[in-house]
Amino acid sequence: MRTNAGKLSWVAAAALVAAFLGYMIVEVILPAGAGRAAPTAGALTLPDVVFYALAAVTLAGAGGVALSRNILYSALGLLFCLLGAGGLYVFLSADFVAVTQLLVYIGGVLVLVLFAVMLTSRITEINVSNTSFGRFGGILMFVAVAPVLLAVALLTPWAAASAPGALAPTTATIGNALLTRWLLPFELASVVLLATLVGAVVIARKEIKAD
Amino acid sequence: MNAKTQDLSARSGKTARGVLLATLAFGFGLPTVLLAAVLVLSPVSKPAMLVAALRAVGVDLSAWSPNARYVLWAVVMVVLALIIVTFAAVISGMTVWWEMRVSARMQSRIGYNRVGAGGYFQWIADAVKLLFKEDLIPADADKLLFRASPYFVLTGFALVFVALPFGESLIAADLNVGIFYITAVTALVVVGILIAGWSSNSKWALFGGMRSAAQVISYEIPAGLSAMVPVLMSGTLSMQGITRSQGAWPWEWHAFTNPFALVAFGIFFVSQLAEGNRTPFDLPEAESELVAGYLSEYSGFRFALFFLVEFGNLWVMSAIAVTLFFGGWQVPFAGPEVFAAARGAGELPGATWWGLQVASMLVFVTKTLLVLNVVVWVRWTLPRIRVDQMMSLCWKYLVPFAFVTFVATLLWEILVARAPVASHVAGGAMVAAMVVVAFFFARQTRQNISAVGDRVDFTNW
Repeated sequence: MRTNAGKLSWVAAAALVAAFLGYMIVEVILPAGAGRAAPTAGALTLPDVVFYALAAVTLAGAGGVALSRNILYSALGLLFCLLGAGGLYVFLSADFVAVTQLLVYIGGVLVLVLFAVMLTSRITEINVSNTSFGRFGGILMFVAVAPVLLAVALLTPWAAASAPGALAPTTATIGNALLTRWLLPFELASVVLLATLVGAVVIARKEIKAD
Repeated sequence: MNAKTQDLSARSGKTARGVLLATLAFGFGLPTVLLAAVLVLSPVSKPAMLVAALRAVGVDLSAWSPNARYVLWAVVMVVLALIIVTFAAVISGMTVWWEMRVSARMQSRIGYNRVGAGGYFQWIADAVKLLFKEDLIPADADKLLFRASPYFVLTGFALVFVALPFGESLIAADLNVGIFYITAVTALVVVGILIAGWSSNSKWALFGGMRSAAQVISYEIPAGLSAMVPVLMSGTLSMQGITRSQGAWPWEWHAFTNPFALVAFGIFFVSQLAEGNRTPFDLPEAESELVAGYLSEYSGFRFALFFLVEFGNLWVMSAIAVTLFFGGWQVPFAGPEVFAAARGAGELPGATWWGLQVASMLVFVTKTLLVLNVVVWVRWTLPRIRVDQMMSLCWKYLVPFAFVTFVATLLWEILVARAPVASHVAGGAMVAAMVVVAFFFARQTRQNISAVGDRVDFTNW
């Protein structure tokens, strides 16, 4: 009985993903691709090779995060994934964003590893395992995230520069944008961070009664 | 005392002239050769200069395909990277020797004195010994991560040198986001330390790694905030840009033109000591508590790599401090227009320009070594602090004061924009105050020495 239910859930999940993919292809990808010229393949240059290497590092890291059973290996996979993504930002002439990526996420990975070490009770044994998120949880995440990523990938007018030239300083532009046009989101984000900080203190702090 | 020890002690007082000459030649020659290679290669590795330089020796690049040119440039960059990392390793070894000599002197010991004059070749002997040692991996360790962590540490350390200046045009890559980049890649070292601590599967190593991560995450905040002060004063994140916005004389340095920048330097210096796991913040590897902390289980060359990075970091932190606060490579009487005039309009710069580069490198290296010496001095003066003291120092004192200097610098910059004379007045007054402090310090030191009937004596090194 249990195996039948398992099989049925697999079939239902596969049908759901297939239907979703079909819908996305027909309704989003084909219309978006219709209006633009087919990309032409140029000669493979060294920057292209670097780009593919960075993309491979990113994908391998992402795979490591998703597939590893060991929480520390997952954290390290995340490190490589984010390092690769930082490198890709440099290809988009976004040096400030790239370094921010490194600073925030290497620090983030550090904290993650720290928490993994501190909060996992069996961390002293080498074979610590990640618990899986579950099949339906995974599909739900996929369906929720895929449209956003697709929309970004298809609707962004990507700069077609083949090689990163001299990078123009972007720091001042970003600073001006954050403090003028995007001030409200910026401030809201800081309020969210403040709430997180307060929450962390409340959760972590143990009340010690005097008596 | 048998005949042999008598013989040794008799000889130890006086070094043979040949040994002395060999030590001096090697001790000064090796860094000089490496610095000269950096001096030549770092401007020449820039694409435009590379093309011009190769044309000067008769190789015409215009016939080459773009990919061939990329490969050539990549090869030049790899050679430059190898030279800079070798320089880092050599300066790290020399720092070990200098630290051991200074510590021996401060603790009334003899210290290194067997290999070469003043025991100078000890660091090479140690490195060779470590190369030949067995590379042990604990049976229950996570073998992959245990092997990988020294590479993380070394990568994080070596990447810093990309944006670390050596002189006016002597930098591997003058990134627009230089100081920000340096702060970011340094974190890779901590990832390596944390992995080393965990993968060793030893409680000493794990405690060391955890302490190190907690310490570095905490101290990165005051370090970053105080590094923002010179950035605010220069209006750029680029290391060369920050140096260019300062002058050559002390009263034109960031540390002295703004009273809050001097406080910021103090905060930056303390935070860098903590991030580099230096005494008084060496809790992650407290020998008396944790054997050796995160590297307890390491042996052989992996151990050597950890130590290389630890001592090489002294150069890095001193060089960053000099660039941010003490005028970097600025040469007196040689402003940007002098450099531009010496450069000339030709594709390749003239001999005067190279001379100016040598001068700027000398200024930078001298300042960096002076700051490095202070770091060594601090280590052998102060005892280790406790974990709770370390945390409260960071969060209760350094972070609030860093915020104060940050905001005060903003206001100061507004004042300087209204009345530029403020920075000149501050520069003059603070340099004068520093001279007075230095005078009193020297007088007190002399009195302390003479009070116990001793005398200032440098002959017994």
